[in-house]
Amino acid sequence: MTRALHAFPGGLPLDHYMEWTCGEESLLQPLPERIVLPLQQHIGLPATPIVSVRDKVLKGQRIGAASGYVSVSIHASTSGTVTDIGDHPVPHPAGITARCIVIEPDGEDRWCEIKAVDEYMSVDPRRLQEVIRDCGITGLGGAGFPAHVKINEGVENAVDTLIINGVECEPFITCDDRLIQEKAAYVVAGTRMIGHAVQAKHRVIAVESDMPAAYAALARLVGDDIELVQVPARYPAGGEKQLIQVITGKEVPSGGLAIHIGILVQNVATAAAVYRAVTRGEPVISRYVTVAGTVPRPRNLQVLLGTPVADCLRTCGHEPDPRQRIILGGPMMGQHLRSTNVPITKTSNCILVQSEPEPAPELACIRCGNCATVCPVQLLPQQLYLDARAGNYEAARQHHLFDCIECGCCSYVCPSRIPLVQYYRHAKSHIAAEERRRDGADHARSRFQARNDRLRANTEEKPDADAINTAAANSEYVQAAVERSRTRRQARDATPPEAPEPHD
Amino acid sequence: MTALLLIGALLACALAPQFLGPPPISNRSTVRQARLVSRIDSLLPQTQCRQCGYAGCRPYAEAIARGQADMDICPPGGPDTVRQLEQLLGRSPTHSAPIPTSTTDTALAHIDEALCIGCVKCVRACPVDAILGAAGQMHSVIPAACTGCGLCLEPCPVDCITLVCGTGRPQWQWPRPDPATALTA
Amino acid sequence: MTEPVVISSPHRHMGMTVRDVMLRVAAALVPGILVYAGIFGPGVLIQCILAVITGLATEALILLWRGRPLRPALSDGSVIVTGLLLALCLSPLSPWWATVIATVFAVGLGKHAFGGLGQNLFNPAMVGFVFVLLCFPAQMNQWPAAPVEGTTSPGITDSLAIIFVPTDTAVDAVSGASALNHMKSRLGLMEMVSEIRTAPIYGSLGGRGWEWIALAWLAGGVALLALGLIRWHIPAGFIAGMTVFSGVAWLLNADVYAAPLFHLATPGATLGAFFIATDPVTAATSDRGRLVYGALIGALACLLRLWGIYPDGVAFAVLIGNACAPVIDRFTQPRVLGVMP
Repeated sequence: MTRALHAFPGGLPLDHYMEWTCGEESLLQPLPERIVLPLQQHIGLPATPIVSVRDKVLKGQRIGAASGYVSVSIHASTSGTVTDIGDHPVPHPAGITARCIVIEPDGEDRWCEIKAVDEYMSVDPRRLQEVIRDCGITGLGGAGFPAHVKINEGVENAVDTLIINGVECEPFITCDDRLIQEKAAYVVAGTRMIGHAVQAKHRVIAVESDMPAAYAALARLVGDDIELVQVPARYPAGGEKQLIQVITGKEVPSGGLAIHIGILVQNVATAAAVYRAVTRGEPVISRYVTVAGTVPRPRNLQVLLGTPVADCLRTCGHEPDPRQRIILGGPMMGQHLRSTNVPITKTSNCILVQSEPEPAPELACIRCGNCATVCPVQLLPQQLYLDARAGNYEAARQHHLFDCIECGCCSYVCPSRIPLVQYYRHAKSHIAAEERRRDGADHARSRFQARNDRLRANTEEKPDADAINTAAANSEYVQAAVERSRTRRQARDATPPEAPEPHD
Repeated sequence: MTALLLIGALLACALAPQFLGPPPISNRSTVRQARLVSRIDSLLPQTQCRQCGYAGCRPYAEAIARGQADMDICPPGGPDTVRQLEQLLGRSPTHSAPIPTSTTDTALAHIDEALCIGCVKCVRACPVDAILGAAGQMHSVIPAACTGCGLCLEPCPVDCITLVCGTGRPQWQWPRPDPATALTA
Repeated sequence: MTEPVVISSPHRHMGMTVRDVMLRVAAALVPGILVYAGIFGPGVLIQCILAVITGLATEALILLWRGRPLRPALSDGSVIVTGLLLALCLSPLSPWWATVIATVFAVGLGKHAFGGLGQNLFNPAMVGFVFVLLCFPAQMNQWPAAPVEGTTSPGITDSLAIIFVPTDTAVDAVSGASALNHMKSRLGLMEMVSEIRTAPIYGSLGGRGWEWIALAWLAGGVALLALGLIRWHIPAGFIAGMTVFSGVAWLLNADVYAAPLFHLATPGATLGAFFIATDPVTAATSDRGRLVYGALIGALACLLRLWGIYPDGVAFAVLIGNACAPVIDRFTQPRVLGVMP
């Protein structure tokens, strides 16, 4: 049954440079000196630490519990001692820090006890979801959305098609390609497992047309129950909405989710992780990472989570060079890293080294329309740019700013070198901050009104309060405290205020 | 002659709004007035701090709607609120006072429990009931409800309340690209 | 301490900037300019150089006056394209002051009064051209004579003399009616199209000599399409609009209205379709909008040719199209994926 494929609008035919890394066996990245695990490696609330400093942990042991529904657990990538729970640099374009659990490996790499789920094909799907959450599985394709939430939505609503996404559309990245070639059985088994959990009518595994080895590896294992599809190589065919459109011809409603049209999409690595979690109880503690670009020995690595980026680069022979730009991710959607002293997390799929480009001035928009031609969501990037630049954030939102997938196609083709994606990100974060402020203000307003209502209702003071207050005011303790504060106030008023420290 | 009179009349009509003030609000439009007040109020930060000189955000909104108060005297709102009010009302502030800078950037009140004497004065002073406490009992600020207005500092007889700025990590925002320093690929 | 600049993805670029686009457009004009000079003498080259130099000088002065940096604006090549298009719309026999005034007006009022590159509402070259056309109709009507037996095109010294030190006799010696001008005036004398077409100034498609230039612009336009510098929607719309409009008129009365091919084989049509109407700043932005925009300009150009007082209506049609572009954009926005109509 060959399925007729559709096309998505726009997009770019980018060169992939896959031949550098997809042919070779992946290397096991050696144990680092320090494992730094951010408590938030996913969309949602950060995990809550359930260990303390100086605790000894085993490999695979849960060290952070999911806080709420949209959250996942964190596990120790190796055995060792917890040395710190605090702020450390994490992958972020502004180099901010976040709360992390730091483990010093003891070198023994001892596993904790892990248990498989018995009879997983007949067990309640809710049990499977708990296992998936407790094994820390998020969208390993880069988005980081908790897998159990997606699968739960799939269980609650009818899933017509389950699509396992192996379409690696960004240049240089081949980690999913290598994963499929080396662990195709896990991917296929994981697909069957998820398909069973959500009772999907159709199961599809999609790879790109320029991944022939991966296709062959999967073709040997899929039976009649799974459809193997090759989609034309075009960026960003691997985006969830675009892949859905190519495979099914349907469009995900603006502001909605794929599950609303009966489709569930998971990455191949997520499917493999589900298989390991359910059949062996193995949590997510490592992942495939491609190291590519201007490095002497580009390669795919199997990296323990929490390993510093610098270690991975060293394995591939890279020497630090200030004239180079280090990117976590691909060239189109990757994050710029200011320092390589940040850990590999669940969403890190590639470390790319590029030479630092010449700074290019941003010119005025010449309305050429290139951006609109390549936008895979058929937005009006020009209009969004004008709105964002003018500060008309509400107008930008009405022009469907939040449907933008930040793929970068528009910035890529802009002859005026306008950093369009940054304008959209700025507008989105501004609107989000405004909404938080608005919510806070609404909350304060309702409390204020409630207080006014309460005061109006209380027509008389409670006599007890006054008596207690007077008695309290007369006690020795209170007199001493008032005296202390008076002297403090006098001292403060007498001395001139110090000049504030200059900020650094 | 009639042509001159006609031109004069047209000029007078065209230039009149420059010399007259904004039109008075008629009684028939009380519903519209109330709606306008609500819309202005929805743009104010709701700290109820009274730094504008009015008894709360809603009275200030009413004063703006009546044309009695200028729109740029709210420090917690800052320049963002002034801009939003400008867009809503279609006019600019007269800049009689210098535009204040925002003072409540994620500021939270903090009660030093070792010094607190349980007098309830701050509890009564807080406009959003963000302080938990009863007479003779320990007082504590509810962080999620505190707007950082600072009205609780003055009534405290033992000076145990401080405003701590920068608590609660503000979410990082992508900065607006600066065309002069844009570093693109 | 200033915060280090935050760098956003994407970290790659296709490589082409505004300057690359503009210079390639200018390069696509070169073959046509050479054909033009070959048939009608080097006057057109002098006009092009004059217009480009005046344009650059005007832009530099205005930028200094506005306090803006010179290098990014002057090096983006847009004023070179404006100057060339303006020079090609003007007659090669135009006096130098007409070219200078047109260019200064185009760059100053057509472009910088609106804010510079990307901000103008109207096509600057057309603004300049229409301004001198309206102010100096006599000088704008001096076209070189068609290359028939008995006429010679002016050489380099004659051209320089005509442009910089014009005398009536010198100009009369080399000028003649352009094909459109001739057609219009003869139609006004109630002659039939078929009779008019027998005059020696007409070639097989359009005006003798002029049809070759029109083909040269067409070749340049196809090159632009092949290089991906313009999209096909505006030229296709223009040609369709002009063909349909003139075709309907021709079918109704072939004696009074020339055939569509005659209209298309004029330099105004092909230059307009591929180089002037495709100016991205002033055109509609969506593909559907561009088709409508092109068709509007093509049809209007034809309408003005048939019933206007000027021989060629492309310039005015472009300006009217520019004015309509925002409205066209408003009603031809593509549907965002996931938003059901």
